[in-house]
Amino acid sequence: MSDHATPAQPSAARSWIGQPVKRVEDGRLLTGRGNFIDDHSPCSNVHHAAIVRSPHAHARILGYDVSAALAMEGVVGVVTGDDVAKLTKPFSVGVTAPVRYYCAATDKARFVGEPVALVVARSRYLAEDAAEAVVVRYEPLPAVVDVERALEPGAPVLHEAVGSNLAGHRRLVYGDPDRAFAEAEIVIRERFRYPKYSSTPIETYGVIARWDPLEGAYTLWSNFMGPFIMHPLTARVLGVPENKLRFIVPPDIGGSFGIKSSMYPYMALVALAARLTDVPVKWIEDRHEHLLASSSGTDRVAYRELAATKDGTILGMRYRWLDNVGGYIRSPEPGCSFRPTGNFVGPYRFQNLEVDASVVMTNKSLTGPNRGYACGHLYFETERMMDLLAERLGLDPVEVRRRNLIQPGQFPYRSPTGGLYDSGDYPAALEKALELAGYHEIRRQQAQARAAGRCFGIGVALAVDPSVSNMGYVATALDPQFRAKPEYLPKSGAVDAATIRVDPLGRVTAILATTPQGQGHQTVVSQIVADELGLTPEDVTVVDEMDTYTRFWSISSGTYSSRFGSVGTSAVALAARKLKTKLIEYAAHLMARPADELEFRDGAVRAKAGKGPSYSVKDLAGRAHWNTESLPEGMEPGLEASAVFGFTVSKAVDQHDCVNSSNTYGFIAEVMAVEVDPETAAIKILRYATVHDAGTIINPMIAEGQIYGGALHGLGGALFEELQYDDDGQCLTGSFMDYLVPTASEAPVIDIAHIVSPSPLTPLGSKGLGESSSMTVPAVIANAVSDALAPMGVRITELPMSPTRLWELIERAGQAKGAPHP
Amino acid sequence: MKPARFAYHAPATVEEALALLTRYGGEAKLLAGGQSLMPLMNFRLARPAALIDLNAIASLAYIREDDGQIRFGAMTRQRAIEFSPLVRRRLPLLAEATALVGHLPIRTRGTIGGSLAHADPSAEYPAILAALDGVVVARGPRGERTLRASELFQSYLTTSLGPDEMLVEVRLPAMPAGAGFAFEEFSRRHGDFAIVGIAAMVARQGDGCTARLVTAGAGPVPTRLRQAEEILEREGLSDAAIEAAARRAAELVEPDTDIHASAAYRRNLTRVLTGRALRRAVGRLEGR
Repeated sequence: MSDHATPAQPSAARSWIGQPVKRVEDGRLLTGRGNFIDDHSPCSNVHHAAIVRSPHAHARILGYDVSAALAMEGVVGVVTGDDVAKLTKPFSVGVTAPVRYYCAATDKARFVGEPVALVVARSRYLAEDAAEAVVVRYEPLPAVVDVERALEPGAPVLHEAVGSNLAGHRRLVYGDPDRAFAEAEIVIRERFRYPKYSSTPIETYGVIARWDPLEGAYTLWSNFMGPFIMHPLTARVLGVPENKLRFIVPPDIGGSFGIKSSMYPYMALVALAARLTDVPVKWIEDRHEHLLASSSGTDRVAYRELAATKDGTILGMRYRWLDNVGGYIRSPEPGCSFRPTGNFVGPYRFQNLEVDASVVMTNKSLTGPNRGYACGHLYFETERMMDLLAERLGLDPVEVRRRNLIQPGQFPYRSPTGGLYDSGDYPAALEKALELAGYHEIRRQQAQARAAGRCFGIGVALAVDPSVSNMGYVATALDPQFRAKPEYLPKSGAVDAATIRVDPLGRVTAILATTPQGQGHQTVVSQIVADELGLTPEDVTVVDEMDTYTRFWSISSGTYSSRFGSVGTSAVALAARKLKTKLIEYAAHLMARPADELEFRDGAVRAKAGKGPSYSVKDLAGRAHWNTESLPEGMEPGLEASAVFGFTVSKAVDQHDCVNSSNTYGFIAEVMAVEVDPETAAIKILRYATVHDAGTIINPMIAEGQIYGGALHGLGGALFEELQYDDDGQCLTGSFMDYLVPTASEAPVIDIAHIVSPSPLTPLGSKGLGESSSMTVPAVIANAVSDALAPMGVRITELPMSPTRLWELIERAGQAKGAPHP
Repeated sequence: MKPARFAYHAPATVEEALALLTRYGGEAKLLAGGQSLMPLMNFRLARPAALIDLNAIASLAYIREDDGQIRFGAMTRQRAIEFSPLVRRRLPLLAEATALVGHLPIRTRGTIGGSLAHADPSAEYPAILAALDGVVVARGPRGERTLRASELFQSYLTTSLGPDEMLVEVRLPAMPAGAGFAFEEFSRRHGDFAIVGIAAMVARQGDGCTARLVTAGAGPVPTRLRQAEEILEREGLSDAAIEAAARRAAELVEPDTDIHASAAYRRNLTRVLTGRALRRAVGRLEGR
């Protein structure tokens, strides 16, 4: 494992990094030649599965009658919860509460849409017909969906063994928050609600499973995007050794945004079906299933307190969170509470913090990573609190933030919760965002609009953008006493690998083990390798089809948490540099000169000074492959280099609950201007400027795409998207008619700029950018709308700001104002 | 999202389609543009024994003027209506409303007959049929009959068409020359069904005026707001009269609450959009 990265090279030495190189992926995607899981036909005799799902939010399962289904045309088998209970183990969960989470319901169904049985038939049509004929006898039980109600005495309890609906609770204390609040001149308190929303990738989940009874091995083709920590966990669930469980990911995944990290229970269920029916089984999730039962972020009730002095200096904060993880706590939850541990304080200097996090189970669908994992929640609350502080002090919201920002001279900055912010210049990014938005001009327009009776508002939001999760953060959910036990094994790490090889004609192939979902890894890697080896991107073929049997991978592998731009690219750069070193040594041998007199320049090994022969990559490749005798003694034949990059700043959580929960930390500063129509509560975005610092930008076009996508995703959660349930736990948003995803028509014009503070931790200076504005847009638009409606006294504390909800706030404020004083 | 088993027929004539309807005795569904029916079948919310696909009946797609009436074959695509010069000239309110129907790909398949027979109260065409005081022609084994909007629409997704009847033509009287009109709607996203929509038309009549106001999305069927119209016909088209009509409109509707909007919000939108539609319509009437 490489244990320290070399510092970023001067940008002058590069040519392809930083260029908006066109995506090599787009040709095949735009001409219908992508190879997705549903296009995949990896073995013969594939049969198709349809899943029987619970119509009840909470019900005891009394029994099954599968005889009618089995008698139907084309049906080869039915798997029920009885089979699941008998033949599989429950998945490990991230808390100590005894939650038994199987790949399908066994004793009770705990949310609408929970798998209770699975039918395998010759075609999906026949399987769905037969699924309707499976009889499941239920005893319906009272349901609970509200996170606060679920903790009340007398609430229906989902897991009797747990005894309550509390899956986990931690109170984390950093610094001396009690003293901060005692000394505060100003204390602000507010309650917030954040909605349950998802990502709805265009491609839904898909699994093809084959059981080989002779080998005793499963092969699972799927669009699973990692983390591959789920590989050993799934092997355990299925009762096979890890080297008898093969995961293969096809070349293309149609989006994930975190959601596909939660498909592993289906992988186990379909695998079990393949074993029991002795045919390969394919299951492609449909959209209704996806909305009912795939994954989402948590809905959260948050109680926030902020302590400050009269000059606006924040002394400390208290967060009390109730995160709703649905019917079971599914790993990596409770990341909903702890994934941002290192950046709990965001970009601000305060040192005193108390976090009281309760993870609650209710009769809703299960949760997991969703773009920005927990950061949308975090910054919505924090940035609303900053505006409430500004309002209390009569200060410009920008000024309040300026007074509390971490300063450029403080980097690398150790946050009170253990985060190591590697680089940044937060004030410069904020000023750039203000300039880009024309902040003074839009404030002037606002004054004019207000004078004319119009509801014009401006919002600001700032965020530390964490990338590359350190697997160790998950243990923050466990008590320090538990972690102190001798049998407890600490966890940490963020690792990725790459291999680069030169073929006998001098062409280069880079092999990755990432699982891109549309991020353009092939393009980005071709740029990096081209720069390192003095080639053009077209010279480089990039292969990225994850296969746990043949690729290097680790527990943290996968593409999530904006890892690729930071850790994946680092492995590629290091592999290329290793290969370059070998080429220099080989050329030195051929030239009979010391290697330190040579360098790799413009695609060839040349003397550092003076004239002399040079050896191109092609030349060296030919010689090395065709005539191994020409290699120096001791040099391995073949031109291939692999590198494994691991962040050494990834450490296990300490006894004070401090953890560097991510590895690189970018920054986002945004300004938005909106106008609200007070009659219809329609929100129109007039101006939206966003500035990002993700260190070195490898491909600005791809970076811009991520920012657009992230912003739209955040806009979804802020205005449109919510997985809604009635009081009985029935899901009300089972189709795209009811679960509203913003489309291109809803997209605002976005002004984007970057500032570049290269990471000292990565060879290229790059950081992640994949989640980006998804974590700031809910905050910035809530601030802008609150500002627009401030003259009426409306303050946004709840998302999404649906027209009905916003109109009711406007009406209520109007009535409160119009009402005579008592 | 796979439909339950069904039989499929693609008749070439209306007579064949009617014979199939009779044969299945109410268990068959007519397939026009399929923009609502296919999702319902994929969800298995609709499980017809048979689909009778009308797309091969070429004689059902036409737009022509006949004695002051514009006649539309039931299978006329919304896209054809949107771009019809005849519609723009004689039924500009319909042209404006058509542009608000779904998205371009939906309008390319969706038909006027299908939209009316589906009877979604949030859709534009049912409101237009009521606002323009048109009729649909239904043909069945006992011959043809014409139905006005108030006779056709019974409730959500429910019409008075018999199980053996088929909507074959839509007749809309040409709008009075110079009439002011507007279709205002509010939806959460571009192309969504309206939370509330208002069709408005005003025309001069002697010294006075006539007014038409119809809602979409504010109740189980499109609702003609006669008492609001009367305010305008009585008091003229002043801002004060428009405001009074808009307030009255909000009192006349009986909207429901669903996950997209509350009844109170829909009632509010009825007032706001009626005002906006009338102001635009009056602006057009006055050549502004």
